[in-house]
Amino acid sequence: MGELDSGVGGYFAGMKNNSSFKKICVTVVWSWLFIFAMVPVLLTLITSFLTADSSSLVVFKPTLQNYTQLFNSAYLKILLQSLYLATSCTLLCLIIGYPFAFTIARSKSRHRALLLLLVMIPFWTSSLIRTYAIMALIKAKGILNTVLLAIGLIHHPLPILYSYSAVLLGCVYDLLPFMILPLYGNIEKLNPDLLEAAQDLGAGKIRTMVKVVFPLTMPGIIAGTLLVFLPAMTMFYIPVLLGGAKNLLLGNLIENQFLSANNWPMGAAISMLITVFMGAMILLYWRNAQSKDKQNLQELV
Amino acid sequence: MKKFTKQIYPSFVYLFLYLPILIVIIFSFNDASRSLIWKGFTLKWYFELFHDSGMLTVAAHSIIIGILAASLASSIGTITAVSLFRYRFFGKNLLHGLLFVMIVTPEIVIGISLLLLYSATNVPLGFWSLLLAHTTLCIPFAAITVYSRITSLDKSIFEAARDLGASDFVIFSKIIVPLLLPAIVAAWLLSFTLSLDDVITSYFVSGPGFAILPLKVYAMVRLGIKPEINALCTLLLIGTLLLVVAAQVALKKNEKVGE
Repeated sequence: MGELDSGVGGYFAGMKNNSSFKKICVTVVWSWLFIFAMVPVLLTLITSFLTADSSSLVVFKPTLQNYTQLFNSAYLKILLQSLYLATSCTLLCLIIGYPFAFTIARSKSRHRALLLLLVMIPFWTSSLIRTYAIMALIKAKGILNTVLLAIGLIHHPLPILYSYSAVLLGCVYDLLPFMILPLYGNIEKLNPDLLEAAQDLGAGKIRTMVKVVFPLTMPGIIAGTLLVFLPAMTMFYIPVLLGGAKNLLLGNLIENQFLSANNWPMGAAISMLITVFMGAMILLYWRNAQSKDKQNLQELV
Repeated sequence: MKKFTKQIYPSFVYLFLYLPILIVIIFSFNDASRSLIWKGFTLKWYFELFHDSGMLTVAAHSIIIGILAASLASSIGTITAVSLFRYRFFGKNLLHGLLFVMIVTPEIVIGISLLLLYSATNVPLGFWSLLLAHTTLCIPFAAITVYSRITSLDKSIFEAARDLGASDFVIFSKIIVPLLLPAIVAAWLLSFTLSLDDVITSYFVSGPGFAILPLKVYAMVRLGIKPEINALCTLLLIGTLLLVVAAQVALKKNEKVGE
């Protein structure tokens, strides 16, 4: 305590500083994250190579079976279904979200804070409650059918709930803010002079978009994709509440393996599969963001 | 066309985002148990909610966990942000990366990995398992909230303080924390929101002895359509709204301090 660093340029002096305060901070942070973030993932990895056992859940018998089983037709079907749903959901969020983010990022600065806050509120709001809200909207005696029947547009309630479309609608509704916020962060930083320059040099609106705006906002697009794609595959209550089916997506499969089928190694293997997906997407993001702005996700808060 | 892109299109997106929520809020005041026809204003469902002693216990559990997890996470998040900003240490880049990865990791992956940790170390599922899980879940968000403001601090202040003989701890407690207080408050509020709303992770690491609100909501939504759900969801939605707005106001305040 009370040591005096006499380096030139105080900030750099701070860097070689070895106070006990620094040691305590770094130790606390690293121990917590090591125990509660890194060890658990390591345990998942180990468990995914072990054998399930009916009496003691897991026995230490190394095997690759959990991974080879993933290629069974039943599992493969769920995997493909999940990929399909997650891809559709991500594309829809991108198509709806990009023009929206672009518009609010280019709106008058005194309105911008409020417009952004209105996206942030659903971002932080429980997605379960928002899924329930969608359920209330589309169920057989829900508001949508009631309105459509009342104005005579339909004569029988539309069976939207418990269908694939309902699951997709729920995913888009729940995850749209997760796409908009990183996009907004990127588009807002875009220098408007660049767009002007492109147009001065003779590029049309579409060409400016494709050649200038999209490439420059690519980190935002990838960050948004990351935040939409993975949850879309793994939010198990969306298919349960809106799809009615139990085994539609990878999330339900993991939940099922852990809480009902008691096949923890299998569940762990599926979880590792998702982790690998995530790793690949993060690498893609980092390579894209490197020259631009690495701490892009800061814009989320 | 211009008007369409500037005003009409965003309004549609906002309508899409808010209409379902508004319906839930409106129908929590509807004096009808099942039907969707408006039968007059009532607070009946809220009274039923407050007379349900089970519900109050569950809410109390959630608030306790939320307060403790938010306090732990915002403290650890603050020292994480300060360490990343001021010090050079082993694994600094790794820590940056880890926080990012933790934010984008699907919650189900976090949930089952913690379940495996608890089962390997014989931690019973209940209060402690939930508290540790929620704290871990909130730390990256808290750290990033504080970090986003710490970079606006004038580094010459630390230099001056050190030249005057202040230790690192004094600089932290007398300069950094007071200057960043609004951001730390924002981190606390956002962590509390996350803890209060967390379903997926809690689903895996909670035990029958310690029920919490989001899981109660899940059970209610899954099992039966009782109108009290609308009331409960409305209260949670309004709670979140207030917390998020308060957090944003606090962050704006910090922006001004930093300038």
